[in-house]
Amino acid sequence: MGKIVIDPVTRIEGHFKVEAVVDGGKVKEAKCSGMLFRGLELIMRGRDPRDAQRIAQRVCGVCPTSHSTAATLNLDSAFGIADKIPDNGRIIRNLILGAAHIADHILHFYHLVALDYVDVARLAKYEGSNPALNSIKSFIGRGELGPFVPRYEGDYRLPDEANEQAVAHYVAAFDMRRKGQEMLALFGGKMPHNMGIMPGGVASVPTVDNMTSFLWRLKELQEFIDNTYLPDVLAVARVYSDYFEIGRGCGNLLVYGSYELDGKEADLTKRDRFFKPGTTSANLKFSEFDPARITEEVKYSWYADSISGRHPSQGDVVPDERKKGAYSWLKSPRYSGMVFEVGPLARIVVNYIGGNARVKSLVDSVLSQVNLKPQAMFSVMGRNLARALETKLIADAMVDWILQLKPGEPAYISYKLPEESAGMGLVDGARGALGHWIEIKEGKIANYQVITPSTWNISPRDDKNQPGPLEQAITGTKIKDEANPFEIVRIVRSFDPCLACSIHLLSPKGHDLGKFRVC
Amino acid sequence: MDTKEYPAIWLQAAGCTGCSVSLLNAINPSIKNLLVDEVLPGSHINLRFHATVMAGAGAPALEVMVDTSHKKKGGYILMVEGAIPTAKGGIHGVIGEKDGRPMTMQSWVETLAKDALAVVALGSCAAFGGIPAAHPNPTQCRSVGEVLQAKGISTPFVNIPGCAPHPDWFVGTVASILLSGLPKPEDLDEHRRPKAFYGQTIHENCPRRAYYDENKFAKKFGDPGCNYELGCRGPITHADCPVRLWNNKVNWCVGCGATCIGCTEPGFFDIAPLYEKTSEAALPEEV
Repeated sequence: MGKIVIDPVTRIEGHFKVEAVVDGGKVKEAKCSGMLFRGLELIMRGRDPRDAQRIAQRVCGVCPTSHSTAATLNLDSAFGIADKIPDNGRIIRNLILGAAHIADHILHFYHLVALDYVDVARLAKYEGSNPALNSIKSFIGRGELGPFVPRYEGDYRLPDEANEQAVAHYVAAFDMRRKGQEMLALFGGKMPHNMGIMPGGVASVPTVDNMTSFLWRLKELQEFIDNTYLPDVLAVARVYSDYFEIGRGCGNLLVYGSYELDGKEADLTKRDRFFKPGTTSANLKFSEFDPARITEEVKYSWYADSISGRHPSQGDVVPDERKKGAYSWLKSPRYSGMVFEVGPLARIVVNYIGGNARVKSLVDSVLSQVNLKPQAMFSVMGRNLARALETKLIADAMVDWILQLKPGEPAYISYKLPEESAGMGLVDGARGALGHWIEIKEGKIANYQVITPSTWNISPRDDKNQPGPLEQAITGTKIKDEANPFEIVRIVRSFDPCLACSIHLLSPKGHDLGKFRVC
Repeated sequence: MDTKEYPAIWLQAAGCTGCSVSLLNAINPSIKNLLVDEVLPGSHINLRFHATVMAGAGAPALEVMVDTSHKKKGGYILMVEGAIPTAKGGIHGVIGEKDGRPMTMQSWVETLAKDALAVVALGSCAAFGGIPAAHPNPTQCRSVGEVLQAKGISTPFVNIPGCAPHPDWFVGTVASILLSGLPKPEDLDEHRRPKAFYGQTIHENCPRRAYYDENKFAKKFGDPGCNYELGCRGPITHADCPVRLWNNKVNWCVGCGATCIGCTEPGFFDIAPLYEKTSEAALPEEV
């Protein structure tokens, strides 16, 4: 029996460690640990509620837009204006979130995931005339290979030509994701950490100039998604088709929904959204989503058991760093007491079986190209493919949304700050279901709680000893070479974990070095 | 011509990776140029460790960091993103292990800064503590400068604040180090920011400045007028955003109708509430 420790896990957001116990060539047990606390929840308390949106966004520089959206929906609801946002404001928020979503997924596939499958070092023997590839060849020739080496060795399978093309697209994708951020900045001011989204709507009034500029950047991205990104994901999927059978996960999927198609419904769970909310399980039956069923459990987290099982609106943080058996600072969010995965896979599958026509027709046409059934999506490659599919769906929908804007008309309404109130903001960001909850007392933030997508996905065991989704996805995996555990990092990266997001809220009182190393 | 290699280590501490993402938005040179090409003729930045972009993971990746600090002693550039947690021996931020003990971010910064050619504190968290150091600073986060000072480490360092910092501020500072050596004292302001980028206030170059001078103030977002009464920190914030612009020059914070929230200033999140007018007493005399 051996143990594989990967610390730090790179090409994800944040500080993350995985330990896997391997027995007979198979992972018997996996445990995941986050390695950084910032205590942002404590920083929020006592401040002006409006500032929550600016602070919460800074939870994460990779997905700030998801947090700024969730925080804004949360404040809209607490301020009683969730059904009063002007259409221009609602649509621009969709465009800002969508631009981030596209840029994020392109970054994930090419810059975080691709180096697990694509062999940059092989470009040393490149003989062609592509200037980008030749510049990489001369870079390799100089002999200083950072940041592309060291790496795991022994499983780079793409044929030379496909490999070269993938490296060329790795370079091109830098420009594409950058253009996604430029698009966003047209309405959001700047990225990372956009300034446009705010309670009440957005800061800017749309102009024909901004709309046109946005549209033509979007068209360039659509061309890249259709002709490069989606084909590249399929090309990698064909060569590494065994990864449709690796990293299955817990089988339960949860979606809050995102992209508001209706601004007049105050209740987020009833609002018409582009990605519909819902849940499903391995039986692929659709169920309605009910936020009252969300709880957070702490049996294996360093918190007092007395707070276990609470709904996040009643959430609390009571550290118990001496607790026996605990091994994580993440709580375990659960839905109806069960383990659920969130993210692109969840959005695509839940919307597919929930009868979302656009989703169904795209998924059917793409899966038939690789000769797979929807069940194959529950896998490493399925998650990567789901990400590419929804990137296309969002980009195509945004073309319609941008044309619905009314130039020169307001995108913001004024509001009065309440003395006492509570709010909830639910959205599906790039990495999945993201929830923010606020309680306001005497005009100040009394409590602010966040459950991020990665907290769902990389949570530790819960009160019933059920391991979290990523832990389940790693457990049982065959490891070909323990010195080069490709399987584990490929599974981890298929979830696109975001660690700054997952552990920022936890109170880091009084624990010591020894306790920290339980995992 | 031989290419001179400048080894670089990019250490992420208590931050959000936003500074790294901002660097990906660099244009001329692009991120691809920065990673593989010569950033100036004859000079290549050899980025040996950057957790978000590097191929490797785990112990072999960490060895690169240690190996660089030994073999390139006095010759590598250390870039730090994020503040440094110092409460309880720095245990709130850990990157890997050494001899079975967790290596704190604080110990990495101290170890690597000591033998670096120069240290660049990138972003407001590294430069000033930023968000995690905002009141009540639960993990006792410190800026890189404070950590170096506490240890008596005298390696030259420069602050490039911003939340996130503009990629030009970083690229321009590094290019200037390669071209003409470490910044001279007169090149930096009292917060060790390069005057080339942080020498003037937002207010001095703001396209809405004329409204301020005529006392025309926006009463709500989307109105024409100066955003001072909506909380704009332009008068007390040093950066060249209004003239440099962001994301391929498409926009900036006030350009999209919002306020400047003062993200390049020390303690910017404690100059709050962000949507309330800056106290007139805090304004500099020349405004």
